[in-house]
Amino acid sequence: MKLIKPAIAGTLESSDIQITIAPNPGQGIQIELESVVKAQFGDAILDTIHQVLQQMDVTEADVRLVDKGALDCVIRARMQCAICRSAQQPYNWAWEDNTP
Amino acid sequence: MRNQLGIELPETVGAYQVRPYMGLDQDQPYCGCIVSQRKAGHTKAGDTKLLPSIEDAILASGLKDGMTISFHHSFREGDFTVGMVMEVIARLGIRNLVFAPSAVVNLQGFRLSDYVKNGTISRIEASGIRGELGDALMSGEIQMEHPVILRPHGARPRAIESGELKIDVSFIAASASDEFGNCTGQIGKNPCGSLGYSFVDAHYAAKVVVITDTLVDYPCCPTSISQQYVDYVVQVDQIGDPEKIGKGAARVTKNPRDLLIAQRAAQVITASRLYKNGYSFQTGAGAISIACTKFLAKTSKERQVTASFALGGITAAILEMYDEGLVKTLACSQSFDAAAAKAIYDRPGVVEIDNADYANPYSKGCYLNHLTFGVLAALEVDTDFNVNILTGSSGQMMGGLGGGPDVAAGADISIVALPIIRGRTPSVVKRVFTCCTPGESVACVVTQAGVALNPKHKHYAMLKADLEKTNLKIVSIQELQSLAESLTGTPKPIPTTDRVVAVVEYRDGSVVDVIRQIKTEP
Repeated sequence: MKLIKPAIAGTLESSDIQITIAPNPGQGIQIELESVVKAQFGDAILDTIHQVLQQMDVTEADVRLVDKGALDCVIRARMQCAICRSAQQPYNWAWEDNTP
Repeated sequence: MRNQLGIELPETVGAYQVRPYMGLDQDQPYCGCIVSQRKAGHTKAGDTKLLPSIEDAILASGLKDGMTISFHHSFREGDFTVGMVMEVIARLGIRNLVFAPSAVVNLQGFRLSDYVKNGTISRIEASGIRGELGDALMSGEIQMEHPVILRPHGARPRAIESGELKIDVSFIAASASDEFGNCTGQIGKNPCGSLGYSFVDAHYAAKVVVITDTLVDYPCCPTSISQQYVDYVVQVDQIGDPEKIGKGAARVTKNPRDLLIAQRAAQVITASRLYKNGYSFQTGAGAISIACTKFLAKTSKERQVTASFALGGITAAILEMYDEGLVKTLACSQSFDAAAAKAIYDRPGVVEIDNADYANPYSKGCYLNHLTFGVLAALEVDTDFNVNILTGSSGQMMGGLGGGPDVAAGADISIVALPIIRGRTPSVVKRVFTCCTPGESVACVVTQAGVALNPKHKHYAMLKADLEKTNLKIVSIQELQSLAESLTGTPKPIPTTDRVVAVVEYRDGSVVDVIRQIKTEP
């Protein structure tokens, strides 16, 4: 998926994550993480973000994460939403059929 | 060396000798005479104790470098007195004090860390050091030569009476006092209610300064602390804001998850065979605790069960039970909100009690030995039922010991009520970050995902039989732990250095755990 414009998903409420994503032509993937649980879950959060980027075939993105202790399922959903908004494409529900 | 909980402890921390925790109900090593710093006095008719300012009182008290000072925390986050006194002490250039209040809470416009940084305070002994100083100590931003000694409420009077904590000057904020130091927290412009924490300070400190904002005609009536113990009296504009007492620990919740947990905790109480006329309870001031009190009141009304007493920190919710005749006596060592603060004066069955009378088992008697049910809040509980009420799992200082370890040990049935996760942080874990309350004193853990009973608790069989007759879901603590972890993922352990910043003492003065400085990323 090719990112077209900057987009945002999520809030700064407790247990949520706010994800800002923007096209990053020629610069690959850049991620900036701020989290209240960075010490325990920082690596896990980055893993999830990389997974979603890969699954949705995004190779160039500038990602900013402000995490307020969101669960993994929330992070995944917010990231998918941010990518779709940025790429100006609807979410492909058929993709879920292939996930185990 | 390891203590009975299997926790690795150093033999000494600086000059502090570590005595490992060896189990519940151990004797304390000290069995000599009560240690007091109080001097015999001589007052004559016509003498006055009233001094024009805090500075005059500090000078008159003879406060010098290296001495120990104390305060109560009955105004919680609404306290003005600690800040006023510390500012003058620092201005007078007195240094290296031992700061030994009943607890350190977050105070507005007062940064305790500033006084540590500028050398006014070099040691701290309290029930907790939540807030900026605690975080700064854990991150290593501030380093103190001596470890902070953290004691539960019942252990502070024990430490004072055994001479482990010798108070040179105690500053007691009282909402009303006469010129001779007969004083109370019950009346005046800004009542904080019970002065329970200060009795022991008044009785055993070398010098006692009463600071009041309402000077009344002699004699102050009612009197909580008598003129016999008071050296000086100072009048100031305002000692604290009673409206802020309920702001820290005490709040009322609308969170449906917390309400569910509260309802189940109340159900554990009312399903027990010990819930009958004459039972007693302590529910405390956390969000779940206050809601639990409301549910308990509802069932008590329906089934017409009356408690003999409610104990400890008293809230408006407990006061409502008293007014409805559902509890005969409220024994207040602390008043947790403005409504409770006024109640001792208005109601004959609401009584002020000394904190030692509340929680110190190393005396000739304490209320906690008669307690039937105790509901406790916690940051974390582990699969051995050990409870953490001090440190957040990412290494912040989040709470105070309070009376938690005392209540767990004293109550017949001690109930830890908490959600299994908070945000992404699991609260039922394999090993608590800091052990405060040994698991063997915890009867059960109540969560939104079920109730776990502790097979090692003295009343396990009885409680199990009683709860099996209800619709409460009984689960193992391991199930709760794996459920929590399945939701959050496995947290990476927080790396710590070898440097011990605080020791966590148990009721008998032995060490249950130590808090080490967090290793920060390079």
